[in-house]
Amino acid sequence: MAMTRQSVVLGVLLAPVTLFLGVFFLLPLCIIALFSLLTPGLYGGVEWAFYHWNYGRIFGWADGIIEIFEPIYLQILLRSLGFAALTVLLTLFLCYPVAFWVSRLSQRWRLVFLFLITLPFFCSLIVRLYAWLLILKPTGILNSTLLWTGLVTEPLEILYTPTAVVLGMVYVMVPFMFLPLYAAVDNLDQAQVEASLDLGANRVQTFLKVILPQTLPGIMGGAVIVFIPSVGNFVVPDVLGGAKGLMIGNLVEQQFLSSRNWPFGSALSMIIMAVVLMVLLVAVTRARKVGGHA
Amino acid sequence: MSALLEIRDARRSFVTPEGGRLAALDGVSLDVGANEFVTLLGPSGCGKTTLLRAISGFETLDGGTMRLGGADLTGLPPFRRLVNTVFQSYALFGHMTVARNVGYALEVAGVARAARAAQVAEALEKVGLGGMGTRRPGQLSGGQRQRVALARAIIAKPRLLLLDEPLSALDRNLRQQMQLELKMLQHSLGIAFIFVTHDQEEALTMSDRIVVMRAGRIEQIGTPRDIYRHPKNRFVAEFIGETNLLPVTIDRVEGSQAVARTADGVELLLPGAGRNLGEQVTVVLRPADFTLGTAGIPGTVSRAVYLGSDLYVFVQPHAGGPELRVIARDTEGVQAGATVHLSHDPSRIHVLEAA
Repeated sequence: MAMTRQSVVLGVLLAPVTLFLGVFFLLPLCIIALFSLLTPGLYGGVEWAFYHWNYGRIFGWADGIIEIFEPIYLQILLRSLGFAALTVLLTLFLCYPVAFWVSRLSQRWRLVFLFLITLPFFCSLIVRLYAWLLILKPTGILNSTLLWTGLVTEPLEILYTPTAVVLGMVYVMVPFMFLPLYAAVDNLDQAQVEASLDLGANRVQTFLKVILPQTLPGIMGGAVIVFIPSVGNFVVPDVLGGAKGLMIGNLVEQQFLSSRNWPFGSALSMIIMAVVLMVLLVAVTRARKVGGHA
Repeated sequence: MSALLEIRDARRSFVTPEGGRLAALDGVSLDVGANEFVTLLGPSGCGKTTLLRAISGFETLDGGTMRLGGADLTGLPPFRRLVNTVFQSYALFGHMTVARNVGYALEVAGVARAARAAQVAEALEKVGLGGMGTRRPGQLSGGQRQRVALARAIIAKPRLLLLDEPLSALDRNLRQQMQLELKMLQHSLGIAFIFVTHDQEEALTMSDRIVVMRAGRIEQIGTPRDIYRHPKNRFVAEFIGETNLLPVTIDRVEGSQAVARTADGVELLLPGAGRNLGEQVTVVLRPADFTLGTAGIPGTVSRAVYLGSDLYVFVQPHAGGPELRVIARDTEGVQAGATVHLSHDPSRIHVLEAA
């Protein structure tokens, strides 16, 4: 069989990415899936014997002797999903109006704003989160300002609470929500908005029937890009969260780095992945139906 | 009977990127009757689109008033005006079916689904798209989208339909067909149309009246024949159709006729009424009003362009001098270099009021 010149060129061009993803993404994924079903080694690592209690401890079929069922794992998973969903909603509400505002700016100011929104990427995440720590702590900028203005008499306890975690995640994720939203809003056909108003739809109807469905791809894109890293996030809760703000990502991190229970950490990872995939599947198919994009 | 739409001294100016002010509407007054087809005609930037957007409510006026059916439109948002628009880009809702597009005005007005479906089918039938309701705009041709936009704009039975260069994206044959259909549709609906275009042929074909605009002002309002035969000034004469614009001096008046002479000595006959000896005026003579024959103004054919049934001939009465444009039947065997004689009916000459 003679291969056409075109397919040879295509193959050469695609080979590096295929190789890279195969070695550094697919292979580790298989290792994690495998490890999640193996026996934990005494000092880390694994012993090559089948072991289902990793999942049993999480879902409730533990033997109660060596492995004990703890509902806390599922609770932390649920909490993580909740935090991530809240982060999606908050970033969406923050960014949606701004996207409209920016798309109406002159070309020059638009570029300035787009530069500003990407500016945080120029600075290390850890440094930025420690800045938040300084702002939120009882003697921090926020509390001293509030105390000085007399709005509160006691310092607000925000640091090391779920509020601080969500606040931090919203802060980190805003650019990821904004960019796909902005692209969708900027693409919005203004003539269709005018057509809707012209045909007697008031501003609310026009928003619901024309603007929202037309920008839905951007909303879905932003939601997915924000939701996935939020569920597994461990840096933000690590710095700002304390015990009550612990998320599933921290749990995984602990299993690998402190408890040295690799199979259990792998099992937790697999569960996160499965849940995220399920949520995405439902969200995307639903959005298809609402948006009517065939 | 008072007019359906009364516009009085409408003014609107924009700030240009250079910081100056540009008057898009500079004191425009216009009445449109309840069952009239009015065309706003002018080159781009003449203010015709701004006027249309002011009527639909997407532009606010700096000054002047607009009344629709006697009611003041000032401050009324677009969705409260009994006016619908066919947009230049059609602006169909890409995420909806054709039927939902067409029924949109009824949907937002709260008409029940069943009643809506019947009216949608009727409207689609009216524009020749029966049975296409389940398609999406993306699956239609340009001409079909045009018809969907039309059906969508007339379904709520507006008193006035605005059309913003709706035919400009169509090819020539389809455009001519749509011109006739639009005119018939306007008749059968019995509502007023305001049609914006920069295409003079379109304006002449469809309109009851044409409004010629330039630089935010109305140059002339009249029936197509009026505008074509009796343009007020040089701009209107040149914008509407091919024309010979000739500066002449009245040489002599002989009874009911006057003889005018151009700078290079060509003599033309025109009605004598109101003409004074030695008077300098500009006259308009359409190319089709010259007759090629054996008597009259002698000249040499410098170019002859074949137009199908007609021949477009450029005649020079004097070598190297200005050309006269003539449209003649293609039976003469006229070609470049030939000597011809031009005659004309004096009553077909029009004298411009202003130069």
